[in-house]
Amino acid sequence: MSASSAFIDEKGGSASEPEYGHDPASGGIFSSDYKRHDDLKEMLDSNKDSLKLEAMKRIVAMIARGKNASDLFPAVVKNVACKNIEVKKLVYVYLVRYAEEQQDLALLSISTFQRGLKDPNQLIRASALRVLSSIRVTIIVPIMMLAIKEAASDMSPYVRKTAAHAIPKLHSLDPDQKDQLIEVIEKLLADKTTLVAGSVVMAFEEVCPDRIDLIHKNYRKLCNLLIDVEEWGQVVIINMLTRYARTQFLNPNINESLLEENSEKAFYASDDEEEEDKKDEVAPLAKRKPYVMDPDHRLLLRNTKPLLQSRNAAVVMAVAQLYFHLAPKAEVGIIAKALVRLMRSHSEVQYVVLQNVATMSIKRRGMFEPYLKSFYIRSTDPTQIKILKLEVLTNLANETNISTILREFQTYIKSMDKDFVAASIQAIGRCATNIGEVRDTCLNGLVQLLSNRDELVVAESVVVIKKLLQMQPEQHSDIIKHMAKLIDNIQVPMARASILWLIGEYCEHVPKIAPDVLRNMAKTFTNEEDIVKLQIINLAAKLYLTNSKQTKLLTQYVLNLAKYDQNYDIRDRARFIRQLIVPTDKSGALSKYAKKLFLALKPAPVLESTFKDRDHFQLGSLSHLLNAKAGGYQELPDWPESAPDPSVRNVEIPDWSKCTSRKDRKEKKAEKPFYSDSDGESGPTESADSESDSGSGSESASASDESGSGSESGEETESEEEEEDEEEEKKKKRKKHLDKTKAKKPVEESTESEQSSGSEERKRGRKAVKNQKSASESESESESSESGDESEDESEEESESDTDIRKKKTPVSKQPPKQSKKESKKETQEMSLLDLDDFEPAPASAPVTPVNFMSSSLVSDLEGLSLTDTILAPTTITPSGSIKMYELLHRITGEGLAVEYCFSRQPFSPDPNMVAVQIQFTNNTNSETKNLHIEEPRLQCGMRIREFAEIDVLSAGESVTVVMGIDFCDSTQAANFQLCTHTRKFFASIQPPVGELMTPVFLTENDFKKEQGKLMGMNEISEKLTLGEKCVNEHVIVERVTATANLSRVPCGSDKECSTPPPPPAPVYRFAGKTVSSGCLVLVTVSTKEGGRAQLTVNCEKMLIGTMLVKDIMQALSQ
Amino acid sequence: MIHSLFLINTSGDLFLEKHWKSVISRSVCDYFFEAREKAVEPDNVPPVIPTPHHYLITIYREKIFFVSVIQTEVPPLFVIEFLHRVAETFQDYFGECSETTIKDNVVIVYELLEEMLDNGFPLATESNILKELIRPPTILRSMVNTITGSSNVGETLPTGQLSSIPWRRAGVKYTNNEAYFDVVEEIDAILDKSGTTVFAEIQGVIDACVKLSGMPDLTLSFMNPRLLDDVSFHPCVRYKRWESERVISFIPPDGNFQLMSYHISAQNLVAIPIYVKQNISFFETGSSGRLDITVGPKQTMGKTVECLVVTIHMPKVVLSANLNATQGTYNYDPVTKILLWDIGKLNPQKLPNLKGSLSLLSGAPKPEENPSLNIDLKIQQLAISGLKVNRLDMYGEKYKPFKGVKYVTKAGKFQVRT
Repeated sequence: MSASSAFIDEKGGSASEPEYGHDPASGGIFSSDYKRHDDLKEMLDSNKDSLKLEAMKRIVAMIARGKNASDLFPAVVKNVACKNIEVKKLVYVYLVRYAEEQQDLALLSISTFQRGLKDPNQLIRASALRVLSSIRVTIIVPIMMLAIKEAASDMSPYVRKTAAHAIPKLHSLDPDQKDQLIEVIEKLLADKTTLVAGSVVMAFEEVCPDRIDLIHKNYRKLCNLLIDVEEWGQVVIINMLTRYARTQFLNPNINESLLEENSEKAFYASDDEEEEDKKDEVAPLAKRKPYVMDPDHRLLLRNTKPLLQSRNAAVVMAVAQLYFHLAPKAEVGIIAKALVRLMRSHSEVQYVVLQNVATMSIKRRGMFEPYLKSFYIRSTDPTQIKILKLEVLTNLANETNISTILREFQTYIKSMDKDFVAASIQAIGRCATNIGEVRDTCLNGLVQLLSNRDELVVAESVVVIKKLLQMQPEQHSDIIKHMAKLIDNIQVPMARASILWLIGEYCEHVPKIAPDVLRNMAKTFTNEEDIVKLQIINLAAKLYLTNSKQTKLLTQYVLNLAKYDQNYDIRDRARFIRQLIVPTDKSGALSKYAKKLFLALKPAPVLESTFKDRDHFQLGSLSHLLNAKAGGYQELPDWPESAPDPSVRNVEIPDWSKCTSRKDRKEKKAEKPFYSDSDGESGPTESADSESDSGSGSESASASDESGSGSESGEETESEEEEEDEEEEKKKKRKKHLDKTKAKKPVEESTESEQSSGSEERKRGRKAVKNQKSASESESESESSESGDESEDESEEESESDTDIRKKKTPVSKQPPKQSKKESKKETQEMSLLDLDDFEPAPASAPVTPVNFMSSSLVSDLEGLSLTDTILAPTTITPSGSIKMYELLHRITGEGLAVEYCFSRQPFSPDPNMVAVQIQFTNNTNSETKNLHIEEPRLQCGMRIREFAEIDVLSAGESVTVVMGIDFCDSTQAANFQLCTHTRKFFASIQPPVGELMTPVFLTENDFKKEQGKLMGMNEISEKLTLGEKCVNEHVIVERVTATANLSRVPCGSDKECSTPPPPPAPVYRFAGKTVSSGCLVLVTVSTKEGGRAQLTVNCEKMLIGTMLVKDIMQALSQ
Repeated sequence: MIHSLFLINTSGDLFLEKHWKSVISRSVCDYFFEAREKAVEPDNVPPVIPTPHHYLITIYREKIFFVSVIQTEVPPLFVIEFLHRVAETFQDYFGECSETTIKDNVVIVYELLEEMLDNGFPLATESNILKELIRPPTILRSMVNTITGSSNVGETLPTGQLSSIPWRRAGVKYTNNEAYFDVVEEIDAILDKSGTTVFAEIQGVIDACVKLSGMPDLTLSFMNPRLLDDVSFHPCVRYKRWESERVISFIPPDGNFQLMSYHISAQNLVAIPIYVKQNISFFETGSSGRLDITVGPKQTMGKTVECLVVTIHMPKVVLSANLNATQGTYNYDPVTKILLWDIGKLNPQKLPNLKGSLSLLSGAPKPEENPSLNIDLKIQQLAISGLKVNRLDMYGEKYKPFKGVKYVTKAGKFQVRT
């Protein structure tokens, strides 16, 4: 902490500015702190970017030091829409850090990101999603979910990657979203770009690592992409695939494991010949089928192998563990070289690698033998590395190399690092136990160490010698004698205790010395450590039992001493032993067995590596390193007994030459809206369908804007979310598309030949067909009946779901034409041609237009998602003229009653907060219509309707116009109601374009600028655009803007807008208005630049309105 | 994956914290301090420390501990490798990675950390991409920034992230197109008392400095690629070409990068360029010792050995050294117990010698072990393995680049046991 106070804020701090942020006292809790923050707030509120930047830099420096800057939240969050990129980025940093603590305020920033999500620049979309998903505020979970879903089907792989990154964030914020997220993951797993692969597998590992079934279809693709994925992604993918392979393939070493023992040694020298020999052996041994590796298993091994050459240690380790866990024994060897290479890296890397090598070297010793010398220890290695290297060296020791290893060990025990010396002695002990040939050499060496001046060394040697002697005590009485002599010199209690135990245990081998030792120890008994005392008692007891003549008195003396010892353990032991060994009249049944108790043969200890059996943890994992299960660790499954069906990994490759499947797909898509309209659509078919869609990535890519009427509507039912930009267009399209579907079959038929040759051509083909429909009409119609059968035949090979759809299609296919026919009356020639179809006029029972139905179903789906509401505008007429007429009720649906409405832009006198809607009723029937009125308005909360007076009679052929008022509450939510006549009720809905929600206000230029100044920051939305070809002069621009929105122009000269960069004098147009219900100011500025480019700025307190208005005006101007 | 990062200096001050997920209190570092205390030497701090709720994964670099907090299972190397990448990025940006530079550039550091990880998962680690996002500070720019209030954040968004070759930034333009390659080989060796080689191997790297316009596609080939036993490559290198043709084919990143590292196969005998005659002994009585070291050339392939430095880690009981060097200067640091003899150029005619007495702590027993000698040296214009670059070809661009290859041999972990 002391350092942080000395920490000077910013080098970049301009000298001219007073040092606002620097407080030498830096206590930070007292009043000075508040004052300081006031200064920062002031800087943040200023208009100058440089001041803001300065303030933000200081705030970030505070965060970096771990100081609390949360009270600045409101001041900072205002700048979230700041133009300066660095300020913006720093605000993001701040926001992500503190949003969790200040959830309510954080919500203020959300709309900025939502806007960013729609940006045409993919990088901006991505960064908006990134920040939005990093804000840990639970309320926005639905928004995040939506944003992720949308981004997951973005055109740009980079945005999709960001979506994948966002998935774990959302999952940790709200685990309830898991199911939906898994769907997104599934979708992204199918992605074919390397950019996405790593991130989505990471999401998979965090959200649903157990859903291994999601991998099947993508397994081969992942294997093939692997080498081009970025390095961090490679690590995650390889680790996941290791687990996957363990569940799906057979153990490649299955035969070898049967003769583990005899093959163990032969293996290392294995060349092909031996391999074959082994197989011959195996065959009679077990009646297993000869093992054949699954080609997919082989694919994985083959494709990961080059990654051993990666510069990234984590990647190399990941491949190494994959080979260790999955490869046939003969192939595992290749990883050794790469792992040894990693030993050159930083000591932390060495540490982890050595841990893993230690585990591997137990199972597969031969693999590392050639690299033995790479594990030699340098005096400069850190102790933990030394000890690990020692471990590996010990594991690698065998008859052939033990002499060199022991020579190395000799240098090690002279080291200055005592911990290391102790470990070296232990290692020698282990070598000696494992390799019988060198046991004597080792023992002698250790005995020499007993004369070492360092007590620690001696003590450690004694302990190890004790263990070694236990293995073959008979041959080593001289060593025991030697050690007995040492007891006078060695002071380390553990070592003394060990010697005493040895003498006691093998007193028969040293019958002369043992009593003498006891005599000596009895003298010093009182001064000994507790463990030594216990061993003295043991020694005494054992001697008493074997040699009671000489030691009886000594034993009793020792026991008496122990009786009064301070340690109760020793007192107890003494009492117990006395009862056991000294025969008295009372002595119990146990004393008979005293000899058996004390002089039983003790099994020799086994010196084992601590790394034994650690490989049940996946190597390279944290759990393996700690030898304990870490949170979130996924067990490495055992090999399956028999291989699961390998066909699950088969992926149907879309066959482009087969035009039927293609056609089918398109037909399905095309008709989907009708399914959902008339049948309410059944779930399974749709999902099956969408799968096939996402599977064919290239198709959706080719389905660019114009060609995509078919595919777009397909997506719509899938994702229920659309780019707003496309809405207008789409509405038109949907309408066209209704008609087209009717003409679908003919179209399809005639374009069939073209479809096989590229999408470009197909597009053109379709357009062409539209134009010459009349020409193709007769022909195609005659074939239309056939085409149905034909395609049905062709589709037989296809999946069942497809046939389902087909079945459904047949009954359905009659309905669309009816509807479209009704609509088509008004339309162009194209439509009238369709009328030639020999369908009957609509029966009265189908009164609802598809568009309306669609929108109402969408409304329920999209409820609460205000941004997407404009999609619902029931505009079916292309805009023409200054005041647009919208259709409320078509004359066919209305059985002769046509209703249109428009926004008259007149103030609605009964209630100034309402938007005036002028409605025109036209009676096209031959009879009167009576009692026209409105019923059952279904309105969003807060909305109101002022109904028009009931129209008593509307005689045949006449028209009447009424005005009603609707308070839309400044939203573009539709007002739904029923339009009633004396006989019928019609469902109707009015949805205002955002431009109609406002009324003009008059402002002077100065007022305008003043007001604009108040509506900066988040309230300002600004977009660059290119003016359409026709927007050449002032008049057109003004007309376009005012047509789009009910605003008035602010009179002004041709001055320059101060905020824009200084191009040559360019006209600036300003428009002002206020929203009808709440009276918020809406200010629009269009500043034109050379080359037909322009900047559009909207200032409005209601950000939603601002956003939508920008879009509408942009569209109007760029047409 | 990586939850938070704390930077801590050697005296235990926590001077920077960054959280990628929810904030984790810095008290979690107490576990680290505990381990740090136990380890005595900073090198000995275990890289992975388990705590009740988290795991700390630590690297120690340039006198800074990078302590990362992990909550769930993650490959430890993944984190370690990433932390080193962070340190390298700082080095790349600020010239050195030290506490001072990090504190001076705290905002840039923060911006970098923000870009490098997203929710704890690495996002942009390529320096070419990062430099487009956040411009490294230069003296000129920081002055301009002070005056104009402009920033270090790039105005343009990096497009490299979007391409299939993320390591190269787009639209590179140079007036002089140059490509330099440094073949640097290091000899790792352990020599025993008598001067025989216990273990020796050669590790090499090829560092590149490529400043070429556009999208050059380079191919580097060797005269004797068989020498190379084990190689690892920058991600830009095409593995397949190497496997089949033993040539290195790549589209380079812009600027400095390490193209590859390699290991010379064990079959080749390693030439040891120098020999060391040494005699260090401590007397049983009198608390003193004697030191006599002579260094001479062995297999230098006719080149001069330069920058020769001998470092000796003395036993703790050595108090001071009273020596006489015939060439170069020596320095004994009684605190760290390191004797450093900077010889400079090795003159074969007059061999450098260091001789004199050592005084020990009186009363202490004489040290068991003689200290080992660590040697540093450099030989210009020689790759000790004999590796030679054959040619460098460029495809994809029209201009003629200027090409250059330099060879250097250095001592790696070169140790002489005594």
